[in-house]
Amino acid sequence: MSLLEFENVNVYYEDFQALYDLNFKVEEGEIFACIGANGAGKSTMLKTVAGALVPRRGRILFDGQPIDHMPTYKRVEIGISSVPEGRRVFPSLTVHENLLIGAYRNRKGPWTTDTIYELFPLLVPLRKRQAAGLSGGEQQALAIGRALMANPRLILMDEVSLGLAPVVIKRIYDAFPTLLNNGTTILVVEQDVQHVMTVAGHVACFLEGRIKLEGRPSELTNEQITAAYFGV
Amino acid sequence: MDWLNAAVQGILLGGLYSLFAVGLSLVFGTMRLTNLAHGDLTILPAYVALMIVNALNFNPFYSIPITMVIMFIVGYLLQRGLLNFVVGKGDVAGVIVTFGISMVLQNALLLGFTANSQGLDAGRVENLSIKINDRLAVGWLPLIIFLMALVVITVLQVYMGRTKMGRAFRAVSDDQEAARLMGINTKHIWAVAMGVSLLIVTIGGVMMGIRTTFDPLLGSQRLIFAFEAVIIGGMGSSWGTLLGGIVLGLGQTLGAQAFGSAWSILVGHMIFVIILAVRPQGFLAKTVTT
Repeated sequence: MSLLEFENVNVYYEDFQALYDLNFKVEEGEIFACIGANGAGKSTMLKTVAGALVPRRGRILFDGQPIDHMPTYKRVEIGISSVPEGRRVFPSLTVHENLLIGAYRNRKGPWTTDTIYELFPLLVPLRKRQAAGLSGGEQQALAIGRALMANPRLILMDEVSLGLAPVVIKRIYDAFPTLLNNGTTILVVEQDVQHVMTVAGHVACFLEGRIKLEGRPSELTNEQITAAYFGV
Repeated sequence: MDWLNAAVQGILLGGLYSLFAVGLSLVFGTMRLTNLAHGDLTILPAYVALMIVNALNFNPFYSIPITMVIMFIVGYLLQRGLLNFVVGKGDVAGVIVTFGISMVLQNALLLGFTANSQGLDAGRVENLSIKINDRLAVGWLPLIIFLMALVVITVLQVYMGRTKMGRAFRAVSDDQEAARLMGINTKHIWAVAMGVSLLIVTIGGVMMGIRTTFDPLLGSQRLIFAFEAVIIGGMGSSWGTLLGGIVLGLGQTLGAQAFGSAWSILVGHMIFVIILAVRPQGFLAKTVTT
């Protein structure tokens, strides 16, 4: 059984259809990357998994259970956690408090504030600082740490590299194997293809609300990806 | 009454206003809901306490804890059953619904209890005072109310700052969408916030009922005082709200001292308008730039 399964999922914003009969499976313990241009439907797909959007037709299965009408907060309880687009750390809370909010549902697992500080040592000196004053990279590390605090089985990452310096992006991607070793499956959405291809076990290229190309990065050529990405 | 006396009375009165105001501020802070029924919801607990006192025939002070529990439940259900549907739907929806609740409450109280003024009789303590010298005496009751306000604000600060629930309140206040993504049930948090707001307001409402009289139409005035205290003190700061209440209370008592008692309320409003013009963010506003 796959950890996450999309079955003919159709999602709309009012009258505008954003996802068309989307079908894909994410297996437990892999890094599944969704790439594609702006507006291709990647973030919409993540929001539907997180519960911010409800499919008009089709089903989403998590560990075999349909979840498409489950409220967002309950999805966290069963092990789906998010690193939202634009990081969305709580600006008036301290770094430490942001992490504690991540553990709101008290799921048991390997991640505690201590292990997060171990994973991202840059957060240690900042623990009493308000998150509003952090740099983009620090906020991103915090957002990932906060999501991990929920001890998720599946972590959703939306554009984690956006607006960050290459060295910071590398540091964040370097943390991915640690996540996998701790039993977390990663569903990541990226516009920046380059970094994510080096870590992903599976990649799906989105174009206009559909998956245009899917496979293992090693099996796909650059030409295929470019063609799927731009729809030429 | 000389100036010093007026000032002392004003400060003590400010404690009472801040009890009304922190509830209003808590609700606005966590869900951006402008609760126009807040004033009437400060009157309601006085009537609840009145019913308890009449039914069980005991001192109104003892009715406070029971009334607090009742008002917490009222607040929770009111939010969960009705107000949650307007949170996040823009300012107008919330204003209209809470204005409607205000009308319903006022008229229900008028029907149930008539427009006559009522009072809660707490016995001797109402008239006891500490005599400091020939010109200055501090009533026990206003002093107790002020001390209660200090306790309430301290407890609220600790609750918001140190507990898991308080942290969730602040997270929801910062970004409700992100809070949901972290597993927080915002509907529950909002309902608890309203419950806590009414629980705090109960203390002020019942104490006010003991100190003076109340009638079903007092709510709108209380609402304005609460708004003024919050704005003078600055949004999001409980101690600021206390300060705002004190400034307003001082304005009223010193205004009465200077120009006669008919001027009391007006001078309070004028001071509020001046502060709004000069320092619109309030004295102790907590602002966070994102």
